[in-house]
Amino acid sequence: MSDGSHTRRGFLNAGAAVGGGLALAIALPPALRPALAAEAGFAPNAFIRIDRQGLVTLVMPMAEMGQGTYTAHAMLLAEELEVGLDQVRLEHSPANDALYANPMLHVQTTGLSSSVRAFWTPLRQAGAAARLLLVAAAAKQWGVDPATLKARHGAVTDGKRSLGYGALADLAATLQAPDPATVALKDPKDFTLIGTPAKRLDTPDKVNGKAEYGIDVRLPGMKVAAIAISPVRGGSPKVVDEAAALAVKGVRQVVKTDEAVAVVADHLGAAKKGLEAAAVQWDDGPNATVGSADIVRALEEESKRPGVIARNDGDVAEALAGAAQRLEAIYQVPFLAHAAMEPMNCTVHVRKDGCDIWVGTQAPTLTQAVVAGLLGLPKERVQVHNHLIGGGFGRRLEADGTLTAVKVAQQVDGPVKVVWSREEDIQHDMYRPYYYDRLSAGLDAQGRPVAWTHRIAGSSVVARYIPPLFKDGYDFDAVECAAEPPYAFPAIHVDYVRVEPQGVATAFWRGVGPVHNVFVVESFLDELAAAAKQDPVAYRKALLGHNPRALAVLTLAAEKAGWGTPLPQGQGRGISVQFAFGSYLSQVAEVEVAADGSVRVRHIVCAVDCGLAVNPDTIEAQIQGGTLFGLTAALHGAITFKDGRVEQSNFDTYLPMRIDEVPVIETHLVRSAEAPGGLGEAATAIVSPAVTNAIFAATGKRIRTLPIDPGQLKA
Amino acid sequence: MAYSIKINGTMHEVDVDADTPLLWVLRDVLGMTGTKFGCGQALCGACTVHVDGAATRSCITTVDAIGDSAVTTIEAIGGTPQGKALQQAWLALEVVQCGYCQSGQIMSAAALLQDTPKPTDDDIDAAMSGNVCRCGTYQRIRSAIHKAAA
Repeated sequence: MSDGSHTRRGFLNAGAAVGGGLALAIALPPALRPALAAEAGFAPNAFIRIDRQGLVTLVMPMAEMGQGTYTAHAMLLAEELEVGLDQVRLEHSPANDALYANPMLHVQTTGLSSSVRAFWTPLRQAGAAARLLLVAAAAKQWGVDPATLKARHGAVTDGKRSLGYGALADLAATLQAPDPATVALKDPKDFTLIGTPAKRLDTPDKVNGKAEYGIDVRLPGMKVAAIAISPVRGGSPKVVDEAAALAVKGVRQVVKTDEAVAVVADHLGAAKKGLEAAAVQWDDGPNATVGSADIVRALEEESKRPGVIARNDGDVAEALAGAAQRLEAIYQVPFLAHAAMEPMNCTVHVRKDGCDIWVGTQAPTLTQAVVAGLLGLPKERVQVHNHLIGGGFGRRLEADGTLTAVKVAQQVDGPVKVVWSREEDIQHDMYRPYYYDRLSAGLDAQGRPVAWTHRIAGSSVVARYIPPLFKDGYDFDAVECAAEPPYAFPAIHVDYVRVEPQGVATAFWRGVGPVHNVFVVESFLDELAAAAKQDPVAYRKALLGHNPRALAVLTLAAEKAGWGTPLPQGQGRGISVQFAFGSYLSQVAEVEVAADGSVRVRHIVCAVDCGLAVNPDTIEAQIQGGTLFGLTAALHGAITFKDGRVEQSNFDTYLPMRIDEVPVIETHLVRSAEAPGGLGEAATAIVSPAVTNAIFAATGKRIRTLPIDPGQLKA
Repeated sequence: MAYSIKINGTMHEVDVDADTPLLWVLRDVLGMTGTKFGCGQALCGACTVHVDGAATRSCITTVDAIGDSAVTTIEAIGGTPQGKALQQAWLALEVVQCGYCQSGQIMSAAALLQDTPKPTDDDIDAAMSGNVCRCGTYQRIRSAIHKAAA
């Protein structure tokens, strides 16, 4: 895949931004068109370029980090453009909100499982508008009515003659583009590509070592650097043995910044050895005493006071007072690191007049803006060359690593690639917040819920990351799936208390708000079912009468999992349901708890209604992968602090699931004609309550704090 | 000092300290970036190469330990029958998501198939549990190894 910013020059600047999001329709002044045609062939919008040889280049607005976006987006374009996926090449988009902003997020950011949802209509419109121009060009050339022509597999035909898109490129580039909003899109029954398990376009180069991630960038004259960042947030380097570092063969330079020491060398072997020799001592700064126990104590205390109301229907106080049975519970979920397989890295070349950044990022325009701010440059002088990302999970929404690398590069003559060690990556992450939740519920004499209250206390990522969306203390992400659970409760009260942990940076993590709230809501609902002495599936069904899609996935998952059939002693099944990211999911987990308390998840069944399935094979992959990402956290994931330092460091202390531990995951898709929902994060959110509810079924013990503690489950 | 090492059938001269990990010789000195850095402590397997056919973590294997051994990397594994079959199976079953760990996964799987042409699930667990995938592609990795062995 090539980097668009090298080759696209005038074309990029020429595209028009419509409604702050989509760039469509040829907006070039007529005088420039011949030059454009000569350079780039036919470029009807920011997503499509066709040269005279018929090579179709699709420019990908969102980042590919494994979720399959490059294939899904290419399918949306190709379906309407009438080209085969074997006829296209892909290009990373440059940083440009005007051309490539995510229409749901209004910025060129890959997140919130939104790529297919947000671009479902605009990319098909872009493909259709381009096809109409190519058909019009053929009609003009042949002197016939365009309605008599058909486009298919990169050519226009009248049934007898055929003209390839390359041969039509120059003429098409001179024609007036239709308004994309008015072009007719295919009836879904006529789709030939959408809905098929089309082969991914990014994977052939990922099985032979050719794929280029940010960490693989190589440039003439480039040096590489190993970095040590203050182990306590806000600290700074105090003593650095530069001479010892420079004595290592291959080491070129030692760089100090406000927060870090980097050793620049010919290769990372030398850089790492030099960094060790530098024996950096730190001034820990104001956060030297930060510890997990204090953070949790503060959350516990703050969660006693009322928060900002996210939902208040009915009179919960009255309903609780009149309830036949009342329940209360406290749930807690830990800080989590992202720990993507590709460690943090960034390659930077700072010059007097500009800066180039080579990195895999979920947020190229944010990256561009913060680098421009740091360097005092206009944004257009900062070029972000995006790359395939070796796992994002939200970590690469943040530009902190790029800023750290730029501060190093400011002191280096020529390009430098800064690479974090795994330990630096895990200990300088921006973490999924620790949340502390208080719940209560009241049941009537029949065990039906009459009241539900849920208070969430924790850091607000939204307040830092998207301040305009943080209003009067209300954080939509922190309460997502809590304020609007799928169930009908006669009275419900949900509030949020913002508590920022000292010395800890927090960030979005795969599954965002739902990954925390679905665990809490589905676990506590299971507690209600148990208190009512009812079957967890039947209990949920009774509360989902108004919600047919949720009811349907619940029913399907239960049926496929053999819900109600007997299991051996020590085993159990648990269920969970959610509506998040525009998709309905239900999971049944089957677990076995040994006498020593160790948990083995044996089997997972997942029912999915994500609306129209663009690529069912990718959906299954995202269900498998998302489930394991959430399950890994539920079983093993916790970042803790002591003396201001993160106590975990590598894959021996921040444990990933491995192949010998993972269950088989069955995916069952509900056929649907609804608009597509998001799926990159959905399964991550739903899995932990299915597992902990299964543990309850197996042992009678309720897990209210993650990760699951086998010590709590000993027979 | 200078070392002569044989990689993918070609001799390379590299002038680095004796304790330089092979991983950085491959990636930074020779520019063969298909072999990935994941943990630096032999905990994740992303850096797996073959040294005389044996799956080896290049992040903790120093250059002076290579001697006359033949190093094979992901760039050349498709030239072996096992490597080729695995790459084809990986694509047929769409194992890959982000792909960052997959060089190491395929190298570990290729070493497994060289020693055990028809591995059981237990064989796969034993040979592959040193390779971490954060995208969670394990189920398809298992199926693809069985498919390549078929």
